[in-house]
Amino acid sequence: MKFIIAIIKPFKLDEVREALGALGVAGMTVSEVKGFGRQKGQTEIYRGAEYTTNMLPKIKIELAVSDELAPRVLETIQHTAGTESIGDGKIFVIDLASAMRIRTGETGDTAL
Amino acid sequence: MNIRKLLCGAGVLGASALSATTAFAQAAATAASSAATAATSAATTAAAAVPALPAAAPLVNLAKITDSAKQAAFEATMINKGDTTWMLVSTVLVLMMSVPALALFYGGLVRTKNMLSVLMQVFMIISIGSLVWIFYGYSLAFSTNSIGALAPYVGGLSKAFLIGVTSSTTAATFSNNVYIPEYAYVVFQMTFAIITPALIVGSLADRVKFWPLMLFMVLWMTIVYFPIAHMVWYWAGPDFYYTTASSAAPDGGFLFNKGALDFAGGTVVHINAGIAGLVGCLYLGKRVGFGKEAMAPHSLTMTMIGASLLWVGWFGFNAGSNLEANGGAALAFINTFVATAAAAVSWAICDQVAHGKPSMLGAASGAVAGLVAITPASGYAGPIGSIVLGLLVSPLCFLFVTKVKNTFKYDDALDVFGVHCVGGIFGALMTGILVNPALGGAGIVDYSKFPAGTSAYVFSTQMISQIEAVLVTLVWSGLVSLALYFAVDKVFGLRPSEDAEREGLDITEHGERAYNY
Repeated sequence: MKFIIAIIKPFKLDEVREALGALGVAGMTVSEVKGFGRQKGQTEIYRGAEYTTNMLPKIKIELAVSDELAPRVLETIQHTAGTESIGDGKIFVIDLASAMRIRTGETGDTAL
Repeated sequence: MNIRKLLCGAGVLGASALSATTAFAQAAATAASSAATAATSAATTAAAAVPALPAAAPLVNLAKITDSAKQAAFEATMINKGDTTWMLVSTVLVLMMSVPALALFYGGLVRTKNMLSVLMQVFMIISIGSLVWIFYGYSLAFSTNSIGALAPYVGGLSKAFLIGVTSSTTAATFSNNVYIPEYAYVVFQMTFAIITPALIVGSLADRVKFWPLMLFMVLWMTIVYFPIAHMVWYWAGPDFYYTTASSAAPDGGFLFNKGALDFAGGTVVHINAGIAGLVGCLYLGKRVGFGKEAMAPHSLTMTMIGASLLWVGWFGFNAGSNLEANGGAALAFINTFVATAAAAVSWAICDQVAHGKPSMLGAASGAVAGLVAITPASGYAGPIGSIVLGLLVSPLCFLFVTKVKNTFKYDDALDVFGVHCVGGIFGALMTGILVNPALGGAGIVDYSKFPAGTSAYVFSTQMISQIEAVLVTLVWSGLVSLALYFAVDKVFGLRPSEDAEREGLDITEHGERAYNY
């Protein structure tokens, strides 16, 4: 199993979610985060006080998928979340040791 | 037949108008009967005759009445319900300027972790200040000091705890033979006395302890505010001032006697609080992380709500300072409206020119700067003059809160100095120019005679009076504030520890979080 962490631009969330749903992904966890990469922040000015915000709002999606599904998930996320501009985000893939559905106690791919 | 009815109607209208302006029953009755006879005789003569103006009721020279009980009886008949209503409504509007307007305006500008501390400081200054006003503040500001040498500078304690003030006693207005209930005057002035110290917290935001601050405010009101209010606004009223006006000791405040014009508190409120704020922020020092860490406003939405409520409430502040509901109040009202609008536009343009984008904070700050500047001028300038005032004050305050503050690097957190002090000084000086009738101003009233007349406007004389009022305020407030900050700090400590400041005053001083979600 693979654990996929994707940092994407916030307005892309709905598109990505729909596309992943079409693939058969059953669920995901979404959180609002801040961060930066090559995309520089903006300067905000409050009555003469200038602040350069290098933390930009992003969305983090975390999902656990089976090894077979993982490549297609990566591809889908890359295509739907991309806007061909700096700041589109990154996807990280981690090997997942185990997963369990709390309600039933199932483990392995059936828990996903 | 029709003309007789018309003329009788005109006579009745004239008579009722007279009864409205002076409730003095006898004069009204005389006026009514003379108007009626005028109408009748006019109706019986040729149809084209123009009706004569009803004879004006003679003014009562109260100063000549030596029996104080009789004087009081006359004054009681000179109160009218329209003026009283307007004063009570204005008082409510000015209270709203403190809570929630000022509280939200300031609160939105600080970081989340300090929101409650700002709200609490404003709310409690209002509450504590009200009690101080009733206990001895009104007396120190608006009574006569029995020690002659002190009389122009501060009042006495003859009205402490409002002794002698009842629902029948009166306060003078700016018109001969027109009075308002003294309680209405007490409570109206109270709202000014409590908002002024509340303004100061803006300079000290994020880094001051609560109870020591409250103690500072009580001392500040006592030694700074009450004397300045007395010097600028105390006088014996138009019916009595003339008896001492030309003597060596006119019965008025030191700056009032010099002819300084401050309609609603440019010096008493704004310059006063503004300089106390500057001195405070210099004394306390910069916030931890100033210049390095992000200290962006946590809710400009709240700030806009606060600024909007300030604008609405300020009509009570300025137009209520007319003390009567008449054309003078309407003039102050319209000036307050248009100066503010002009200043908001002007600041938005400054933002556009300087930064390429007009900001909400800029528009709100511009509006407040306009309100501050028009405060001393509101009853004296004309509407076009007020618009010019608004257009000019924004670039000036903009310069102070950006260039000047960044050059000297003082941490006036919420720009109390840059907006209130600078805007107030500008407004006070411009009042001396805009009162000129040639510029649409209301002109100078001559209270050295009975009934009051008009004085010729002399630019140099007026400007000297205005400058004197500004300087006295700056020096007295600046020096005494410094002494008080020093004293309270040495005994109780004003600034929280660095850890407490980092954690946030809401938790360390008040044990609460503003938002739990």
